[in-house]
Order: sequence, then structure tokens, then C-alpha cells
Amino acid sequence: MIDRLSRFARPLAVAAALALTPPLAGCGINNIPTYEQSAKAAWSEVLNQYKRRADLIPNLVESVKGFAEQEKSVLTGVIEARAKATQAQVNIPADILTNPDAMKNFQAAQNSLGGALRQLLAVTENYPDIKSGENFRKLQDEIAGTENRIALARRAYIEQVRVFNTEITTIPGVWWKRFMYPATKEFALFDIPAEETKAPKVDFGTKK
Amino acid sequence: MTASRLHNRDVNASCPGSVRTRRVGSGAVGPGLVGSVPAASVSAGSLLASAVCAAWLIVASLVAIACGGAFAGRAVAAPVLPELSGRVVDSAGLLSAGARAELDLALEAFEAKTTDQIVVVTVSSLQGYPIEDFAVALGRKWGIGQKGKDNGVLMLVAPNDRKVRIEVGRGLEPLLPDGKAGTIIRQTILPAFRRGDFAGGLKAGVADIQAALTKDPAELEARSKRPPPPIDYSGYVVLALWLAIFAFVIYMQIRAARQMAQRGPLDQSRFDRGGRNARRRRFDDSGPIIVIPGSNGGWSGGFGGGSSGGGFSGGGGDFGGGGASGDW
Repeated sequence: MIDRLSRFARPLAVAAALALTPPLAGCGINNIPTYEQSAKAAWSEVLNQYKRRADLIPNLVESVKGFAEQEKSVLTGVIEARAKATQAQVNIPADILTNPDAMKNFQAAQNSLGGALRQLLAVTENYPDIKSGENFRKLQDEIAGTENRIALARRAYIEQVRVFNTEITTIPGVWWKRFMYPATKEFALFDIPAEETKAPKVDFGTKK
Repeated sequence: MTASRLHNRDVNASCPGSVRTRRVGSGAVGPGLVGSVPAASVSAGSLLASAVCAAWLIVASLVAIACGGAFAGRAVAAPVLPELSGRVVDSAGLLSAGARAELDLALEAFEAKTTDQIVVVTVSSLQGYPIEDFAVALGRKWGIGQKGKDNGVLMLVAPNDRKVRIEVGRGLEPLLPDGKAGTIIRQTILPAFRRGDFAGGLKAGVADIQAALTKDPAELEARSKRPPPPIDYSGYVVLALWLAIFAFVIYMQIRAARQMAQRGPLDQSRFDRGGRNARRRRFDDSGPIIVIPGSNGGWSGGFGGGSSGGGFSGGGGDFGGGGASGDW
């Protein structure tokens, strides 16, 4: 009787298990690693765009050599902020994504570079011969474009982290986390400072 | 009791929703019954786990539908974007019908040659958003550029905000860097716009963009290669899977029946009614139940993907924020 039952049940159960594998995936067993990878990819893009900005600065500094003495401090401010931001990017802690303090420090370095850059671009308004040169304008376009890319990359990261953090703190993700991925932690977010929510002011000198 | 505990762990590992159900089940039925069929318990258990999981999925989707309104309410405010009605979307009404047709023709010929999609948009208002955000939102919503190549360019004009932007898809950023896009805006587009000649500015701007994108013939040839249209095999895969499962079940049934036939007299003596006939009948019942939904699902999947025809639509390209803006 027992033998008979199992001989019937086994092929059917195997078939059912095979057929229901996609629904099991639908239960969200893969969500945590999937979302984690998306968030990490979004973070790489943020780093990538920060690096792009840092790489543009030597050219920019070169193009504003004609600054008067009293405004050289703006220039050194940019150079120092860039050094700090680059340093922060090179010595990035391995656990930055799950360590809110490390994330805060990293963002602080990048934000101060953004601020210094904005100041520099504002000061160039006083130098018509610098700001009307096509090369400087192209550089300005590149910097504005990079700030725009940074803003988009950060927004994409924040969105991915929101999805990931929601998944591991809500049902059923929290159950999957307990059973399958107990080591996962929430990813750190960052606040966008108020002045960063605006694109940097880029004046083409064409306003009346 | 050991078998039943093992069984519980097995169920737990396969679906979280089944945890509570399983506990309730063993509490109500009692451990004695579970223990009495140890040979069948594993397979029956995984079946039960899958069934509970499926049931849980249905409940979860119902809850999701019910809660949908709450999530939608939390969505970030977004600008109201115009519809993609063609390669030239003149919702601000800056262009004459002739100028629009002329631009459209030039853009269409360019896509035929290079696969790059260039779209010209005029809007009467940016609704308070920076033109950079507005342009990316439009480009992504419409999916300008081919998927994977991300070779779209969006030219956005907001005459009432006196702003213009060239938004460059990720794939074209090396050919049309921000500085180049800015130069086109400053030296070609803005002078015409300041004279009030929107049609001329846009036409010349498009020509400049096209020139920048076709500057390197070797690169252009590599970029404009069209991939062969992908064939959707998913329907056949699903069908094959179902057929394989069906064949497997039949095979197991036949094998079991054969073994049964060899041991026929012994089995018959254990049952009041004929075991073979009862088995046959059950096999006949179970076959179609599995196959009919399976083959239906397979075919509908196979024929689902139709080809798009008719008017212009975006290819699914993405934008990363490249490009330049200008104002006049």
C-alpha cells in the first residue's frame, strides 16, 4: 500500500516541482541578490561619474590661470577639495555601502568639491575674456554635463537602494533574508544637500 | 517523529509562506498520520510546499493589487510629458507644416542610414523643472535610440522659458561630447533662435548633429550595423518543458504499470478491486490535466510577440544625462 502510493506520487511530485519552479522564483527567492547587484551597479556608476568630474578639474584649473591674485584662493580651494575627494575615492572602505558613517564622510568630500567648483564657475563671471573663450565654454559644458550625470547616477542609486532596503525589511523578503541570506544588511543612503538639487549655474554669457 | 521534523524543515526551506500552514497542519492532523506514510512524505511534502507557495503567491498579488493605490500615491511628482507623435513633436507650435515635414524627412533618412534616432521636441512649458531633467525624462519615457546601442539624440526647445537642450544618449556621448553639443547650441542654434527663426535654427542644428555623428566613417559603419531581428524562442522553450514533463510522467506511469503487471497477482490480492484498471483510469485522468494548460501556455507565448509596424516609435534607448543646454 505504502509502496504503491509512493510510486504514484513520486513522478507526479517531481513533475509538479519542475512545473512550479518558476512560481517559486515568483515567490521572490532571487529578489535579494538581484536587487543587491542592481544597487551595487548603481553605486559603481556614481563612483564612475565622480571620477569623471575629478578628471576634468586639471583642465579647468589650467583654463582659469588668468585669475587675479585675490581670487587665487578659490582656485586653491578647488584643488584642495579635489585632492580630498580623490583621496576619499581611492581609500574607499570596503563596507561603505553598509556603513552609513563611511558613506557620509565620502559624500562630504564629494559635496565640498561640488561646492568649490560652483564657486570657481561663479568667479569666472568676472573674467569676460576667460568665459567667452570657446574652450572654456566647452569645459563648462563638460562640467555641467558631469554634474547632471552625477545627479542622475545618485538618483538611480537611491532608487535601487530603496528597492533593496524595502525588500529585506518587508514580507516576504524579510523571511527570505532570514532563511537564505542572513548576512545581508541595509545599504546606506545619502542626503542630497539643498544646493546640490539644483544643476550648477552655467551661464553662457548670452543673457541680456 | 524524526521524519516529520525533517519534513518540516524541508518545507520551510522551499517557501516562507508555508511555515505557518505546515505547523497548523501537523497540529490539527497530529504527528501520527504524517509518520505513517514516511516513504511518501518527502514528495508529498514538496508538492504541498509548491502548492502552498503558489497559493501564497496568489494572495500576495491580490494584496499587491489592493495596496497598489497606496504606492501610486507616494510616487514622486513628475512633469506631464507630451506623447511621441513622430520624429518632430511640435507641441509648442513653432514650426510650419512644411518645416516639420522637411525636418521629419531628414531625421527619417538619417535613421535609415545610421540607426541613430534623433527627435526634435518643442514644449510650451517645462512645468518648473530644469531642462536637463525634463529632457532625460522625455528621452527615457520615449526610449529614443536603439535598445542596447542607446544611440538617441533629443533636441528640446522650450520657447517660453527661452531654453534649448541637446540630450545625447549614452552610446553617442563619445561622438557628441557635451562640449560639442554646447558649441552647436551656441554657434548654430542660438543665433537663429535670437532672430526668431526656430525652423532654421532647428534645421541647422540637426544638420550639425548629423555631421558630428557621421564624422568617422569606420565608426559609423560599425555602429549602423543592424542586428538580425531576434526570434522569440520562449514559447517553444515553455512548450518543450511541458512536453518533457508530460513524457516523463507517462514514462514513470508506464514503468510503474509494468512493474505492477509483473507483480500483478500479489497486488490484486491486496485490493478488493483490480489495481491495474484503477491505475489506468487514474493515468487517463491525470494526463490531460497536466497537458492542456501546458500546451496552451506554450503556444500563446510562442505567438505573443508580434512585429511592430506603422508609425515611429522609440527603440528603447537610454540616456545618462549627457548633452548641453543653452538659453537665449
